[in-house]
Amino acid sequence: MNTDVKKKFIQSMISLLGKAAVLHQYEELVAYECDGYTIHKGLPSVVLFPANTEQVASAVKYMAEHQIPFIPRGAGTGLSGGATALNGEVLISLVRMNKLISVDYKNRRAVVQPGFVNLKLSTSISSEGYYYAPDPSSQSTCTIGGNVGENAGGAHCLKYGVTTNHVLGLEVVLANGEIVRFGGMPDTPGYDLVGFFTGSEGTMGIVTEITVRILKKPQGIKTVLALFEDVAEASQAVSDIIAAGIIPAALEMMDRIAIEGVESGNYPVGYPQDIGAVLIVEVDGIEAGLQDQIDHVVAVCQQYRIREVRQAANMQERASWWANRKTAFGAMGTISPDYLVQDGVIPRSTLPQVLARVDEISRKYGLRIANVFHAGDGNLHPLILFDSRIDGDAEKAVQAGSEVLKVCADVGGSITGEHGVGVEKMEDMRYIFTEEEIEAQLKVRDVLNPNHLCNPDKIFPKPARCVEVKRYLI
Amino acid sequence: MSKLKEESSAPICNSISLLHSNYKWEDAPDEEKYSQCVHCGMCLEACPTYQETGLEAHSPRGRVYLIKSVAEGKMDLNEFFANPVDTCLDCRACETACPANVQVGALVEEARGQLHKAYPPKGISGMVNKLFLHHLFPHPRRMQLLHYLLKFYQKSGLRNLTHRTQLLRILPKHLMDMEKALPSLSSPPALSSHPERLSAIGPRRAKVAVLTGCVMDVVYSDINDATIRVLRQNGCEVWIPQAQRCCGALHVHAGDRNMAKKLARLNIEAFLSEEVDAIIINAAGCGSTLKEYDELLKSDPEFKERAAEFAHKISDISQFLIKLGLILPEGSLDLTVTYHDACHLAHAQNIREEPRKLLESIPGLRIVTLPDSDRCCGSAGIYNITHPEMANALLTRKLDDIPSGCDAVAMGNPGCMMQFQTGIVRQGRAEQIVHTIQLLDWAYRKESPDEQMQKG
Repeated sequence: MNTDVKKKFIQSMISLLGKAAVLHQYEELVAYECDGYTIHKGLPSVVLFPANTEQVASAVKYMAEHQIPFIPRGAGTGLSGGATALNGEVLISLVRMNKLISVDYKNRRAVVQPGFVNLKLSTSISSEGYYYAPDPSSQSTCTIGGNVGENAGGAHCLKYGVTTNHVLGLEVVLANGEIVRFGGMPDTPGYDLVGFFTGSEGTMGIVTEITVRILKKPQGIKTVLALFEDVAEASQAVSDIIAAGIIPAALEMMDRIAIEGVESGNYPVGYPQDIGAVLIVEVDGIEAGLQDQIDHVVAVCQQYRIREVRQAANMQERASWWANRKTAFGAMGTISPDYLVQDGVIPRSTLPQVLARVDEISRKYGLRIANVFHAGDGNLHPLILFDSRIDGDAEKAVQAGSEVLKVCADVGGSITGEHGVGVEKMEDMRYIFTEEEIEAQLKVRDVLNPNHLCNPDKIFPKPARCVEVKRYLI
Repeated sequence: MSKLKEESSAPICNSISLLHSNYKWEDAPDEEKYSQCVHCGMCLEACPTYQETGLEAHSPRGRVYLIKSVAEGKMDLNEFFANPVDTCLDCRACETACPANVQVGALVEEARGQLHKAYPPKGISGMVNKLFLHHLFPHPRRMQLLHYLLKFYQKSGLRNLTHRTQLLRILPKHLMDMEKALPSLSSPPALSSHPERLSAIGPRRAKVAVLTGCVMDVVYSDINDATIRVLRQNGCEVWIPQAQRCCGALHVHAGDRNMAKKLARLNIEAFLSEEVDAIIINAAGCGSTLKEYDELLKSDPEFKERAAEFAHKISDISQFLIKLGLILPEGSLDLTVTYHDACHLAHAQNIREEPRKLLESIPGLRIVTLPDSDRCCGSAGIYNITHPEMANALLTRKLDDIPSGCDAVAMGNPGCMMQFQTGIVRQGRAEQIVHTIQLLDWAYRKESPDEQMQKG
């Protein structure tokens, strides 16, 4: 944006949204350089804070008319840089649209604004015996709008499905400023546009209202912790548990370096630092039969070398295990100044083989890699530890991350399970899609985002720049 | 007195490793501390100012990011930096939420230290600042005099006169409200009214020193009396060192680290001159600062070790009594109370269970849960004076959370008590604002709570 255009734009936005809803001074923008993914940064030209759908629509309409690119942003906890303004785009922060609009217990659904925090939905309806199932680890701060953008998952998505399985309807401001509504009921006729928008990473429009499914809290929950001497054996146990016909609500794993991180963090459990891996298995549902499932899980684990296997004594102990697990990424700050988290998905049975490859990559680049997994659905989160203050370290981390994703793709998996592609994995899209497949998807995008104003240059690699993109850093 | 004389401003620090840093003075925000932040955002919703504004720069990770940006030379030490740093309540709720133990409070305090050097407070606010932080709080005798002046103001009819003549209208609204909420001062300051040494009641179980505090001793000296009685009741020999000073918490919060360090050194000398089992404090804000003297004096080779020894001995009254093993009170209190977690107890010192255990030990007392009990009430040292708008927004939310049917709200910090009291008076509500230790004291004394509350 040149200075005159920007000046006029700021004036118009102030008159549309009010002075307090427009940030444009350099110093006010610095904190918006990145989200939870910090390797690529970019200063937005302006940050807007609309208060309602109409304000979003009028701001977008102005930007569409003046060809000003823009990016929606939730809490900024994303892990692939989806909300990063690489080329000085305008950020539209939705944090002030943070209301729970209505709850319909009879039909088990709730309507929220995009800035409404994920966990707040569950706490708001808990007293009536309900909850919202998708539980990304950042659920205490991330927004449901952001969850829709990324099609966020979480520990309990193994049994309950990811965000897309819980979104019933959307109100969206399209890239031209038009307000439209999709869905509203389960399985509406015609194309599944709700499904199409969920996970589109803000490249199709801005979600301004979401109707979600809410669930009755399970009658019983039982949680087991198993400490394995060896990480490969823990991986094998994961496959065995699923093969035994048990569908746990969650099946989580952390390896030795991850344990080192969480144990020096703010929510230690007291795991021994010399074990190979810890497995958390949770089953829930009708009380009757839960203990049988747990006994079965314990029996499976006991076929391997385990230091300890025990059931949570009470909800407090269970909560401490989960607090420890859900803060694992952030806790890496205690053992490394920076990390890059990958999000590969693999067939469960290949877990031991892939872990061995990740270990090789770690040694090749001389960077430690902590592994945290949603093991049950084969979703890996290798945390590549590096120090951005050391020249070349960030580049090495990016390359190591890319190699990990290549391994995932090679065994028949995918490059992302729940964090989105964002800016981080654009180039890695080539591991799973051909040039033609990428082209085809871009054509779909062009229908709704023809001028590439809505979160431009995200998700898909640019054909001509494929080699440079890799080098495009910091 | 001479010990408190201003030192010349410290020279430009040469220990800053970052070449481009815009921090030019000693005690710059510590790279070790901010490099621990990985920008995950788990702190966002814990932060009261982020909850109110939704602004990244007014969130903990945003503040840390800006602090880092100044160190990297990406940002200047200017008003755009000062604003987010100043609006921080220093409530430490983010430190409870942070997976990586980032010391946001210490970083903000260090950043304020830099701003204080770069822009020494000037004009009227500078004069007020200097009056309170240099000429009043550091001097116990002047604080005692203040107590008597305030008492004279309340008892002589002067207060009635000012209210009748609406003389106080010259003050901003929030200060008028605070004046109205000022409790009537009953007992004289504990520091001067008690003998320096008091024996234990019953078999002696420990010897403790008591820090009487500034606001606590001027406004709530009856709480100090209660603290001393409860300690003696629990078999403690009590020593009240006469050479003690203000803890320096307000100075640290305001970025006046030189004065804070001077006060810290004086307190260390006063309290370590005799062997005690613990140094007791009943004000959360003071407690957390006292426990961080080692951090404050980390670059003082002469005092570093003694500061650590001192910090190690500091114990909040609730923490100490539970650790010692409370002698259960027998008097019954027919009251319904709720408990508010002062930030500097819950977040800064991780003291949550102990005060609740004290309350649970009181026969007859009914305890109801305060939702979001560890969210800041907006008091935050002198934040309610410097940032009335944000402080009032937080206070209103806090008052709305008080469950109906409560007779009293208990807490462990005088700043919070004044803030609550201001809100209670403004809204014409009936709840009594009490210190946890007062309830315990009443139970020991088996007095009728009604009678005590009248006094309160």
